[in-house]
Amino acid sequence: MSSVELQHISKRFPTVAALSDVSFTVRDHEFFVLLGPTGAGKTTTLRIIAALLKQDEGSVLFDGEAVDGLTPADRDVAFVFQQYSLYPTMTVYDNLAFPLRSPMRKTPEPEIKERVQHAAEILRITHLLDRKTARLSGGEMQRVSIGRAIVRQPRIFLMDEPLSNLDAKLRESLRVELQHMQKTQGNTTLFVTHDQIEALTMADRIAVLDHGRIIQIGAPADIYDRPATTFVATLVGTPRINLFTAARENGTYFVANSDLHLPMPGDRAMPQQVQVGLRPEDVKITPGGRFTGVVALTEPLGVETILHIRSGQQTLLSILPGITPLRRDDPVRFDILHERLHFFDVDGKRV
Amino acid sequence: MSATGLATAHSVVAPSSRSRKIAATLVILYAVISMVPLAWIFMTSFKTPPDSISYPPKIVFQPSLEGYCNLFTTRSRQTPEYIASLPPPAGVCDEVVRQRNMVIAGPSNYVPRFLNSLIIAFGSTFCAVALGTLAAYAFSRFKVPLADDLMFFILSTRFMPPIAVAIPIYLMYRELGLSDTKLGMIVLYTAVNVSLAVWLLKGFIDEIPREYEEAAMIDGYTRLQAFWKVVLPQATTGIAATAIFCLIFAWNEYAFALMLTSDTARTAPPSIATMLGRGGIEWSAIAAGSLGFLIPVVIVAFALRNYLLRGVTFGAIRQ
Repeated sequence: MSSVELQHISKRFPTVAALSDVSFTVRDHEFFVLLGPTGAGKTTTLRIIAALLKQDEGSVLFDGEAVDGLTPADRDVAFVFQQYSLYPTMTVYDNLAFPLRSPMRKTPEPEIKERVQHAAEILRITHLLDRKTARLSGGEMQRVSIGRAIVRQPRIFLMDEPLSNLDAKLRESLRVELQHMQKTQGNTTLFVTHDQIEALTMADRIAVLDHGRIIQIGAPADIYDRPATTFVATLVGTPRINLFTAARENGTYFVANSDLHLPMPGDRAMPQQVQVGLRPEDVKITPGGRFTGVVALTEPLGVETILHIRSGQQTLLSILPGITPLRRDDPVRFDILHERLHFFDVDGKRV
Repeated sequence: MSATGLATAHSVVAPSSRSRKIAATLVILYAVISMVPLAWIFMTSFKTPPDSISYPPKIVFQPSLEGYCNLFTTRSRQTPEYIASLPPPAGVCDEVVRQRNMVIAGPSNYVPRFLNSLIIAFGSTFCAVALGTLAAYAFSRFKVPLADDLMFFILSTRFMPPIAVAIPIYLMYRELGLSDTKLGMIVLYTAVNVSLAVWLLKGFIDEIPREYEEAAMIDGYTRLQAFWKVVLPQATTGIAATAIFCLIFAWNEYAFALMLTSDTARTAPPSIATMLGRGGIEWSAIAAGSLGFLIPVVIVAFALRNYLLRGVTFGAIRQ
């Protein structure tokens, strides 16, 4: 396993700049997640690391050494694609053995057998080995894909949304498995996803990417609790963060068209106009709450209920544990955890 | 009421048995109609020359091998006295021929010309498909400068009937010494077919996702190795379909063969068509020759029929 460093990578496609000055380091044994919406440049980044694409500027380093001149085969990475990854004319066994049989490895057959068997056991696909890949379910296919990555010891695992084509249940179980595998084997992994839940649950560190630029890099808790921009704040967390524009008024921030007067932090200079972010779990429904509102909608999810509260013409979300007896148009009182308020300037930067 | 409702609902899911019966009837009817000429040729090949030109045509007739005998032999006319003086006939053909006051003079050139056809058709098909696959892969995967213009140029070679350039080709071949050679015919048919092969195969290769090759290249293979091990096995359907189209063209081609070949490289089509006997056109021999001429294409199409069934899920692709 290796560490991987990207230095000032830029890549232009004919019509768009796919990546602009992207730099980050995936440490040895780290589970690093690249999170961003579609078109952010996540896959482009992975493909540059794998040498399937050539960057216009910048350098890729493995263990501190530039690998820019190396072919995909020579970089010795493993790539799990979103789809289309299994060779349809071969059996599962041959798919798993394929990287080991490559001319540059020429592994002896007994060793191939042993390693394929081992990988198959880890992923619980031993019963599928003789099957043609066309007759596998989506989850089985993706397991075999991952298996093809772990039969050899690559320098880094690159995973391009490997779970996004699976149904929800499977995604959840494979997510746990992947995480378990990564932790027990200590694989350096760069995992690309647009799903913030995958990012928060699996990552040691997350890099948030948007329009080809790194917006923020940090541990899941950093990203969630101290989002660098409104973009990051809205990207992570479900239900999504409440975001209002507010203006100074008598020493408080007043949210336009509402009854909400929010306290101003006193420890730093604050602008006239701000955007205020407020996570739903930080809106506490209590009988003696300072603020009042009306229930606009409830979304009971079983474990919790998402409550849409109307205050003036604004609506904010809150979470209640379990199922609530509250109904539409019921009046509610709530408090807001002041220390958990997020302030951003009008351009979306955290202040 | 409810019965009708059910029937309607059912027909949305699958064709009703009645519409399937109609469809089957139509298909069988079409098959029968298209088989009529074949049946006609088959029957004619077993008629005697007088029966083959009788009018109205005979549906019931005394079968005879005369057509086949005439196809494979050359004969000379002799006096009845001479024939009577010969030893007893050595085979079926000997006997049949003698009844017409003729004796077998030697083998005809049907077999060598049939072999010429086989060599030229299969040789040119192989070349066209091999070149076409490589070119199609390049057009599909690499940034070829002016790719669209080149593809158009390749297609444009098919805009005019190939025979329009017959005279320049004839002159060129005479200068190059390619006239009446198998190599010349293979080169010519390859040139005509390669445009079709490139276009057809590009479509098939475009449909194979690049991820397979990329996965193979990451797994430690070069692009060429990935092409052999991953792309080609998946392109078999397209290659088989393309090969059949090329083969059918090369096998049936008549005009160039008539003009550019005379003896050593003459193929079967012009040879069969000009099969004239002493007493006029020998329809039964021509029918027998045509029937034999069908066999290789039928065998190839039958052998490749599984590949030709497009739309069979042949990939582990989930979309």
